[in-house]
Amino acid sequence: MSKIRVVHYINQFFAGIGGEEKADIPPEVRDGVVGPGMALNKAFKDEAEIVATVICGDSYFNENLEKAKDEVLKMIKEHNPDLFIAGPAFNAGRYGTACGTVAKLVKDELNIPVLAAMYPENPGVDMYKKDLYIVETGNSAAAMRKAVPAMAKLALKLAKGEEIGSPAEEGYIARGVRVNLFLDKRGSERAVDMMVKKLKGEDFTTEYPMPDFDNVPPNPAVKDMSKAKVALVTSGGIVPKGNPDHIESSSASKYGKYDIDGVMDLTAETYETAHGGYDPVYANENADRVLPVDVMRDLEKEGVIGELHRYFYTTTGNGTSVANAKKFAAEFAQELVADGVDAVILTST
Amino acid sequence: MRLELGKINITDVQFGDLTKVENGTLYVNKQELIDLILEDDHIKSVEIELARPGEEVRITPVKDVIEPRVKVEGPGGIFPGVMNKVTTVGSGRTHVLKGAAVVTCGRIVGFQEGIIDMTGPGAEYTPFSKLNNVCIVIEPVEGLKQHEYEAAARMAGLKAANFIGQAGKDVQPDEVETYETKPLLEQVAEYPELPKVGYVYMLQTQGLLHDTYVYGVDAKRIVPTILYPTEVMDGAILSGNCVSACDKNTTYHHLNNPIIEDLYKRHGKDINFVGVIITNENVYLADKERSSNWTAKLTKYLGLDGAIISQEGFGNPDTDLIMNCKKIETEGIKTVIVTDEYAGRDGASQSLADADPKADAVVTGGNANEVIVLPPMKKVIGTLDYVDKIAGGFDGSLRPDGSIEAEIQVITGATNELGFNKMSATTF
Repeated sequence: MSKIRVVHYINQFFAGIGGEEKADIPPEVRDGVVGPGMALNKAFKDEAEIVATVICGDSYFNENLEKAKDEVLKMIKEHNPDLFIAGPAFNAGRYGTACGTVAKLVKDELNIPVLAAMYPENPGVDMYKKDLYIVETGNSAAAMRKAVPAMAKLALKLAKGEEIGSPAEEGYIARGVRVNLFLDKRGSERAVDMMVKKLKGEDFTTEYPMPDFDNVPPNPAVKDMSKAKVALVTSGGIVPKGNPDHIESSSASKYGKYDIDGVMDLTAETYETAHGGYDPVYANENADRVLPVDVMRDLEKEGVIGELHRYFYTTTGNGTSVANAKKFAAEFAQELVADGVDAVILTST
Repeated sequence: MRLELGKINITDVQFGDLTKVENGTLYVNKQELIDLILEDDHIKSVEIELARPGEEVRITPVKDVIEPRVKVEGPGGIFPGVMNKVTTVGSGRTHVLKGAAVVTCGRIVGFQEGIIDMTGPGAEYTPFSKLNNVCIVIEPVEGLKQHEYEAAARMAGLKAANFIGQAGKDVQPDEVETYETKPLLEQVAEYPELPKVGYVYMLQTQGLLHDTYVYGVDAKRIVPTILYPTEVMDGAILSGNCVSACDKNTTYHHLNNPIIEDLYKRHGKDINFVGVIITNENVYLADKERSSNWTAKLTKYLGLDGAIISQEGFGNPDTDLIMNCKKIETEGIKTVIVTDEYAGRDGASQSLADADPKADAVVTGGNANEVIVLPPMKKVIGTLDYVDKIAGGFDGSLRPDGSIEAEIQVITGATNELGFNKMSATTF
């Protein structure tokens, strides 16, 4: 088997070019290893080889972000890597964010496994731990010797598509990804154990630490509804009869956009719900109950609203992940804005 | 209230001329069972099939799983208010056909029915793969609305379990276990030095096919109230719901509520288990406020030091769970909550729809969105027609070779929120 081809990204300091005074150097690429790549190469044994090293000044990268991203990506792509490694950045903030940004870019654009390494308090960690495997390191280059074997080990596993164990086993910073596992005791027994410990004031470990929730501040009120273009958006699963886009009954992976130009009323013959979280009888009888097109047409006629937007957007909220919901809305909100929609009525179930 | 539970171990199920238990084998008279179920005019036809552990059998769409039980001493009968008079149950003696179950399946009611594989990777996720199952495959009459079909299917299952349970009436149990909870003041006085712990038992009542029944009452229409734990073992609480298969509490789960069982195990040793508060998960905000206010009030009224709170379903009921937890903690009572997660197929999203820092002790049944591939089975009881449509399935879930790629959400009982299973989730 041929060796796994690795491209490595480092900053001007680890390339031996210079410190802060050289942080503005533009990206360059050199064949083979530079700086810490040497130790990595050694740790790969004969399984992988760093074929090129991309070097960029930290200030240059962060101050010319879009340009730098393009340049760096092009250099990496040219070397046709199987695997990409950035850092270790230890506690260097701008270097950490650059490592994270490039690694994410390579992952998204070249679709190959990527790895970074940082100190947990490096700002790059918070920005990218969800997207990347970031090996945990000490806070300065003195921790290089410890960081390299962990990086090499995890990098090889990623490149070979092997199963990645827990953060504790593999040495990466927890990504916030929930993974199922089977324990020795059933859940009820674990709950009673936890209760006894909590009552005694002993230490216990929750199985799900509470997340931080996003809060969305409401927009200011629409000043004149009689001139407003209003759109309907629902997580109640209303779709044209037959569910043409096969939106899932739960855990939706997509949303639908449907034309209601000239539609005055949703009838049992024309619309239904795809949502699996409630008895569909009443929604199927009259889908206006979930997506009130009939009432909106009345309001349109009465001049209470300017007009009803010609498309509605729909998905099933049932069990749909926050990530998917965000992604859907980020896409169609752009379209709504582009179509000159002033207000949206969101209906659930 | 003191209940003896006589467990008759069932290791096989067969059809026979007489419905009876002999040397650990349950024999079922097929025709008798069919006749009983066809008494209901809503049901056009019914088939009875058997599924045993390890067989290459897939059962779907599964509606409910019910353990056959029979009352042999003491007041009332199993499933009070539905199958028997509405007598208060939970005392005397009850016989259980341990290792057997009635599974209702057949054409879909809603979207939220499940899959039970008797072998293979899917079998690891459901407790029902370890049971000798009498499957009732129901075909409703034409034109029946979903909720009418659900009611008919629910009654068919209960009737079958009630009927089969009677086979255990005169059988000597292999094991007898005794559970006792005394009236509150006596119970408190029995172990004055131990912390008093209660169980807040949230029942699925989102309505529109998401219902639970207590002594025959739709639990949407109750205010939180107190039960002796043993009442649950006699079928005081029944499932009438079609929430996602993985975290619906089937009637089997209610009868065998593991939190009640495990609280009893520590009762008199580390804790004083004083009782169960049942509450609901209605969709209206006023109902949520009222019910969570009342559970908090009752935990205080009972003088509890701690309460375990279990959930059923996900999404909307996450708010009830967190409201209960927050308000009970505010009363100075320590809580542990039992839930499951919808963190997305990649596990990267927030797992619950609501959260609060007071919920610092959580037990999880796992991420229901995790994707699994279930290999084809030799035999299907029910139909594969709905695999793409049930909650957790997607377009193309059912592959041409009969294998299924879907979220574990489709597997009946996979992420149970009573802590019935050993599965959990951790952060990677």
